[in-house]
Amino acid sequence: MKINTVLAFALAGYATTAVAQAQQITGAGATFPAPVYSKWAESAKPATGIELNYQAIGSGGGQNQILNRTVDFGASDAPMDAAKLASGNILQFPAVMGAVVVIVNIPGVEMDALKLPGELLADIYAGTISKWNDPKLVEANRGVTLPNLAIAPVYRADGSGTSFVYTSYLSAVSADWKSKVGAATSVKWPAGAGAKGNDGVAATVRNTKGSIGYVENAYATQNKLITVQLRNKARQFVKPTAAAFNAAASAGNWRDAKNFAVDLIDQAGDTSWPIVSATFILLPKDPKDPGRSANVMKFFDWAFTNGAATAQALEYIPLPGAVQDAVRSAWHTEIKNPDGKPVF
Amino acid sequence: MQQARRTASRGANLGDFVFASLTRIAGVFVLVLLGAIIVTLFIGGLPAFEKFGVGFLTSTDWDPVQEVYGAAVPVFGTVVTAVLALIVSVPLAFGIAFYLTELAPQWLRRPVGTAIELLAAVPSIIYGMWGFFVIVPIMAQYIQPAVIDSVGELPLIGPLFGGPAFGTGILTAALILAVMIIPFIAATMRDVFLTVPPVFKESAYGLGCTTWEVMRSIVIPYTRTSVVGGIMLGLGRALGETMAVTFVIGNTNRIATTLFGPGNTIASLVALEFPESQSGSLKLSALLALGFILFVISFIVLAISRVLLRPRLKV
Repeated sequence: MKINTVLAFALAGYATTAVAQAQQITGAGATFPAPVYSKWAESAKPATGIELNYQAIGSGGGQNQILNRTVDFGASDAPMDAAKLASGNILQFPAVMGAVVVIVNIPGVEMDALKLPGELLADIYAGTISKWNDPKLVEANRGVTLPNLAIAPVYRADGSGTSFVYTSYLSAVSADWKSKVGAATSVKWPAGAGAKGNDGVAATVRNTKGSIGYVENAYATQNKLITVQLRNKARQFVKPTAAAFNAAASAGNWRDAKNFAVDLIDQAGDTSWPIVSATFILLPKDPKDPGRSANVMKFFDWAFTNGAATAQALEYIPLPGAVQDAVRSAWHTEIKNPDGKPVF
Repeated sequence: MQQARRTASRGANLGDFVFASLTRIAGVFVLVLLGAIIVTLFIGGLPAFEKFGVGFLTSTDWDPVQEVYGAAVPVFGTVVTAVLALIVSVPLAFGIAFYLTELAPQWLRRPVGTAIELLAAVPSIIYGMWGFFVIVPIMAQYIQPAVIDSVGELPLIGPLFGGPAFGTGILTAALILAVMIIPFIAATMRDVFLTVPPVFKESAYGLGCTTWEVMRSIVIPYTRTSVVGGIMLGLGRALGETMAVTFVIGNTNRIATTLFGPGNTIASLVALEFPESQSGSLKLSALLALGFILFVISFIVLAISRVLLRPRLKV
């Protein structure tokens, strides 16, 4: 690192451009927000002079690395344990939100035509509903012809934040699922087959007749996969649209959430999409190098102010303004340099 | 080494002594490295071994939510896919080696031989992607539905070909593995077939034997142990293969009851679960314990192949 700094100074001496030398910050963790972080980093560099080096190694890895203080910030899809946050002296704040959608491959079933109440979705993944023409599914889908075809549930085989969000939803809508399987980055799936990554699930669903899977919304949009309508808490069927995602995001109870660990699953509201979740940044409250830590906050401050359009273009959901302000004030009050002064 | 020490003590040639020492250090380094890996895996896996005891080997549970882990499913998947891959690849590799050493015209032997060696150099991720984007759709859309409809109803073997046609599964993984290990087995077989002294074969031909009779009664008996050793080397590679298998096996922590059913292997499970395992967690320990078990399995296979290869290599 020292050599790098020396090298950077040497290069800066030679450089004739007006751009100040880039200040490096490093982060590691969640794969799900990695595309938007790198896009933000690209556009933030000329504006702020901060160069982000983000390694998408998985949420678990991000938590480990920030606990060991090997990076400037960690990133995690699932909120970190309150106890671990306290013992590690870490501030957690949301960066951006995303939605998970359900995709199917059933001959004759068109975009957003199929309606799935959450408890039936849980039954499908539990293996108790195994045919598409099951009376319960036919009952919920008058007007859609469902074939006599075996259901092939597809899930993420690798441990992932997407699975955590999806199984949280299934646990919220089905008591059976909650007691028998539960919610985690990887669970003991009672039925179906696994595929690696969002793209693996998308490809497997495309290849397999009668299959059903779940992916980040971006993958479904980009690959033009057949999504389905889900029933929300207000017992309304909603299509996976940006408006529905935003409705869920603003319905969340941000004020009472400890460590910003807000639960956006199955929110109230007629138009809310039921599977929405935030992804988090983990920042030490007692940074080793307050300068770098300040740059991390400067970077996310820039992203909150200027990055909303980028996030939406990549199918993410930007944080509501009130939440951004709450995060900024948490930075100010929680993150202190060794003299006890706020870093940012 | 004796020689080197003697010369050095005479002070005749310091260079020899230094060189001998350096090579000795290099040799010992390999041993130390191997030992360190085994010890690290074992210590890392110790919490899992302590928590679950011998049951770790027989339990089919893999439940990260309840923190209950067992090795039976991935061990089963590892062994079954590797053995199925052998069943497919050994006859093919034998055919290739037989053709190359006995039947192929001289001008064809070199290009085919080189092609085999090149196949061995293809990175496994390429096999994985090829399997996922080419073989899996073919299996899902044509082969599996046809087989399930025709053979699936038969008694006895019928149950082996059931379940939904995902395209992925134990059989698909075994087929990809077979393609991957054919070059290893074929190259070994070709090399050992070439070690048969020509005079033996010529005598047999002189007695009026056909090519097949020469193969069966002269070449195979003469090279039997080496051939088995080569097969074991292929088996070793099949056991540890990760990326290619991950793409096509279906990644399911249940014992597959049909050939089309999804399963899991040790290497694949470790690769998939590792990024989301937190340090100090029981899950990480269970993954390291699985790595240790894979090490032991591979070691046994390698030891067998060494024992079988030894007599012929000395000739």
